[in-house]
Amino acid sequence: MDETALILVELGAVFLGLGLLGRLAAKIGMSPVPLYLVGGLIFGNGGIINLAGITEFGVIASEIGVILLLLMLGLEYTARELVTGLKSSWLAGVVDLVLNFTPGVALALIMGWGFTGALVLGGVTYVSSSGIIAKVLSDLGRLGNRETPVVLSILVLEDLAMAVYLPVLTATLAGLSFLGGLRAVGIALATITLVLLAALRFGPQISRLIHSSDRENFLLKLIGAALLVAGLASALQVSAAVGAFMLGIAISGSTAHSATKVLEPLRDLFAAMFFVVFGLNTDPTTIPAVLPMAIALAVVTSLTKVATGAWAAKRAGIGIPGRLRAGVALIARGEFSIVIAGLAVASGAITGELAALATAYVLLLAVLGPIATRVVEPLSKPFLRSKKTPIPSTIDDTPLMD
Amino acid sequence: MNFEDTSLPGLGVRREITLASGRRVGVVILRDGTMQLIISQREDPDACAAAIPLSVEEAGAIGAMLGAPQLVTQLTDQHRDLPGVNTQQFVLSHESPYVNQTLGDTHLRTRTGASVVAISRSGRVFPSPTPGFELNAGDVLIIVGTSAGLENAAHLINDG
Repeated sequence: MDETALILVELGAVFLGLGLLGRLAAKIGMSPVPLYLVGGLIFGNGGIINLAGITEFGVIASEIGVILLLLMLGLEYTARELVTGLKSSWLAGVVDLVLNFTPGVALALIMGWGFTGALVLGGVTYVSSSGIIAKVLSDLGRLGNRETPVVLSILVLEDLAMAVYLPVLTATLAGLSFLGGLRAVGIALATITLVLLAALRFGPQISRLIHSSDRENFLLKLIGAALLVAGLASALQVSAAVGAFMLGIAISGSTAHSATKVLEPLRDLFAAMFFVVFGLNTDPTTIPAVLPMAIALAVVTSLTKVATGAWAAKRAGIGIPGRLRAGVALIARGEFSIVIAGLAVASGAITGELAALATAYVLLLAVLGPIATRVVEPLSKPFLRSKKTPIPSTIDDTPLMD
Repeated sequence: MNFEDTSLPGLGVRREITLASGRRVGVVILRDGTMQLIISQREDPDACAAAIPLSVEEAGAIGAMLGAPQLVTQLTDQHRDLPGVNTQQFVLSHESPYVNQTLGDTHLRTRTGASVVAISRSGRVFPSPTPGFELNAGDVLIIVGTSAGLENAAHLINDG
């Protein structure tokens, strides 16, 4: 078989395999991200089958995957939501950052992975998976719950924090000096402010520029703009992903909605590739050695997330069962922890041990987070009663299903 | 009565009212336009006893169901001084022969003496519909007439 034919066969096998894994995930109602990672582990370095031929394509594809992931994240939010979120729940954001960044930093320092390692692992433990959490809350019918806006605003702040964190990370990984790093952060902060202001003022105009009623046209303009902005951001050492995120925020209204529809299949394809490539680059034989550490980190950072959510929910005047629901919902880590670890691995600035730890950690929490969210209510019910006065059944006498 | 709107960043908005009994009843309106009807739990007011996904048509039908009686009450109040005049509402069922026909096709006024003063559809009220108004299944017809006229109107709407 010539090289091209081999690459096509390998890619075909990978995507087909992922499709089957994705179907399995949908059947048991879980996020496909951990299964994609497992898929990558099986196919990659030291795995059962070695697919070396697709690395070159994989690198570019996974770069595009990250850009699309962040672009779609930006599309989900309007600038107004971000500004309101920042104003109303910044304190919860700070508590979240302190409680959940610290465990990763501490472990990395104990392990002697240095400043870069600490920055990477802190990011991995900090950021919850907004994708997984939004899906689980919606599946469980909790969108009408009072604690749900609290959970969502914490996720908004984390995603916004990524816009500052990723440039810092990129600068550090590139080995920039302190001043260089400061410059990257300065550019990032200035861009965020500018984009938010521009999106608030000129959202409709920006959207009109990109918008097109023709699907094909629209898709090309979107992808073109995203890659261009990402490339420019990357050239300024501000991280390509952040550029795409900013573009997503600037596009608003119905344009954002149709952009989401057009981009979704592409995002799914390239993001799947990204997770697989990350798995490919991790040697599965290194995982058992870091598993105890990953479990310990998962336990600690689950507790810190529960504390964060419960604290924020308490401030919002929510009863004890609701506080617990809010806290547990935040446990799930997923795509962004992998994005962070992926950036670090690609730069070659971190040890294989850290990459293996991040993989095992995300695998654990991407699976256990949603399960914990599901069972926290029935499990805690016998022990907890809301301190809020229940509505007496005499004035509200419908025997509903609750 | 005021709606209380709470933003659900990235997903949509929760719009609800708090009933006199303390329960929250409302809808979650998602970005893609779909809706969920939500009703809070009795023991834990923060949680929901039900979150029922509704299509746009279903939401409209519920709106019409809840809104029409109010209109009837208003009209009945206005007709209080006119003995013998009643107001009643009729839902146009799927089986009715007049689905997708115009209001004029029913010849309601000629045949029963009663007249359609308003039509409520998907939570919107169309006052004084003209004979060209096209009827849809699920429309709520608000009809004014004598008791006998209204009885005949009910027959006519269901069976033609």
